[in-house]
Amino acid sequence: MPDTTVFADVAHEPGVAKPDPILVADGVVRRFGGLTAVDVSHFEVQRHTITALIGPNGAGKSTFFNLLTGFDQAQEGAGTFDGTALRRMPPHKVARAGMVRTFQLTKALEGMSVMENMRLGAQHQPGESLLTAFAPPMWKKREAEVTERAEDLLQRFKLYEKRDESAGVLSGGQRKLLEMARALMASPTMVMLDEPMAGVNPALTESLLEHIVELKDEGMTVLFVEHDMHMVRRISDWVAVMAQGSIIAEGPASTVMQNPAVQDAYLGEHHDTDLSEDQS
Amino acid sequence: MDILINALDQMLAPATAAFAIAAIGLNFHFGLTGLLNMGQAGFMLLGMYGYAISIREGLPMWAGILVAIGVAMVFGLLLGWPTLKLRGDYLAIVTIAAAEIVRYVGRSNSLIDITGGSLGIKGNDYKDPLESLSPFPDERITIGPLTYHGSASDSWWLRVVAWTLVAALLVIFWRLSNSPWGRVLKGIREDEDAVRALGKSVYWYKMQALIIGGVIGALGGIIWAHGSAVVADSMGRPTTFWIWTILLMGGAATVFGPVLGSVLFWSALSLVRAVSKAFIPESILPSTAIEPFGLMLVGTALILIVVFRPQGILGNKRELAFHA
Repeated sequence: MPDTTVFADVAHEPGVAKPDPILVADGVVRRFGGLTAVDVSHFEVQRHTITALIGPNGAGKSTFFNLLTGFDQAQEGAGTFDGTALRRMPPHKVARAGMVRTFQLTKALEGMSVMENMRLGAQHQPGESLLTAFAPPMWKKREAEVTERAEDLLQRFKLYEKRDESAGVLSGGQRKLLEMARALMASPTMVMLDEPMAGVNPALTESLLEHIVELKDEGMTVLFVEHDMHMVRRISDWVAVMAQGSIIAEGPASTVMQNPAVQDAYLGEHHDTDLSEDQS
Repeated sequence: MDILINALDQMLAPATAAFAIAAIGLNFHFGLTGLLNMGQAGFMLLGMYGYAISIREGLPMWAGILVAIGVAMVFGLLLGWPTLKLRGDYLAIVTIAAAEIVRYVGRSNSLIDITGGSLGIKGNDYKDPLESLSPFPDERITIGPLTYHGSASDSWWLRVVAWTLVAALLVIFWRLSNSPWGRVLKGIREDEDAVRALGKSVYWYKMQALIIGGVIGALGGIIWAHGSAVVADSMGRPTTFWIWTILLMGGAATVFGPVLGSVLFWSALSLVRAVSKAFIPESILPSTAIEPFGLMLVGTALILIVVFRPQGILGNKRELAFHA
């Protein structure tokens, strides 16, 4: 459940400094031809919290996400993750530094089994280098550790029974769970979830929410992009609102939606609708 | 009966082994990694040149093999460096063009002193070192219905060497495809970005796969060169497409698919040839048309496979198949 004590002394304004930021973005600009998709002057994510990034369609949330995770490169500015400069860092190095993402369009590797999907998430597997791959004794031990951890996670995400099946047979929601569990295999310090609820049936929503809260309980930091305001209210400690490429408001979920700038940008003409209702 | 013996002969032929080897290389590219290498014949031809020219110039056989491997590695690096960061189709375009460039350069008259131009390099210039290693007697030997020379050109010895190499490469493929390294490649085949997000350098893995498959193609070229000769035009676009046919027919991403595909492809071609020669009158199918007719049937077979068994004979539909 939202925990705002750490934010007690933080002003509710865009670009505000946090007591202990794990991720900092500074002057990040990304243009596509004449269109400025992202222009974030300053943004910080507090460590050990769940931060939501919301905004209307086309606000630049996903582009900003891609810039932070190395999947796209900014023309100006850069981010810092846990003291490491992210500028020009390729995505796999961002992931190795401890910031692991998921995708809006779920990327379960459908030709592989659920277990192989999980094992692929593990780091420090010597057998992933071509020369040691020839010599199983050099990687079997690590493989056993990896498998054990994968089994634990699959149990937790209720996918254990599916472990030997092809990931292609999973439902949309189960793929989301698999993708999240696979990201955890990399032992990240920060998890970036791009629309974790998109296409998930309501029966699974609840367990997905619990899993995300568990990430925080285990000491990880979560930043997620989401449309579903229900979910944002339920689990996020802090909300940042993007519109037209910039962060226009920040604050706890309960207050940020009262901000007139957010209502203008995010809801346009629908000021009167009850914000607590699911928009869909 | 003769028809069947001819088919058996074709199954064991060095050319069949050479194509199986090239298809094993392509299996690293396409089967494991999803790379569309449309220039496997170029890797084979470079391997042939590297090997034959080195030996003709007086280097020992092992050095010739190393040169062939080295040339294929450099070719892979050159092709992969600009294209592996781009979408998959760019590699296809670049490889098909590069393989044609190799062929055209090889057959050009200005290089006639090195590559032999369009006539190529004669077998006598490079076949001796391998043939002199033969433990078989220097005479024709008959085993069952098959009779070959013990050691010279199209020999029992070459068949033993070629199929031993096939077996060794199958073991290597099996070992690597069932290792964590192979798992990363399969992940890349499914979705590159997902693998990037898990901290693997996709570019570097694709480069490794491209090079290792290309080097295996070059080894296939060496076997081919021993079975016939080094002629640039035998390694044109059709060769690459035959290798693809072989891989897809046998089953991409499977261990034995390339071998089964190659054996079926060549024996079927020989059967079609023999049967049409025996049963279709000259007035309907002139003898000059038999070869194209055979390939036409093979093409039809490939279409039928893609339609009715998109994963190939041994393939797993869940893992890798042609999507409509």
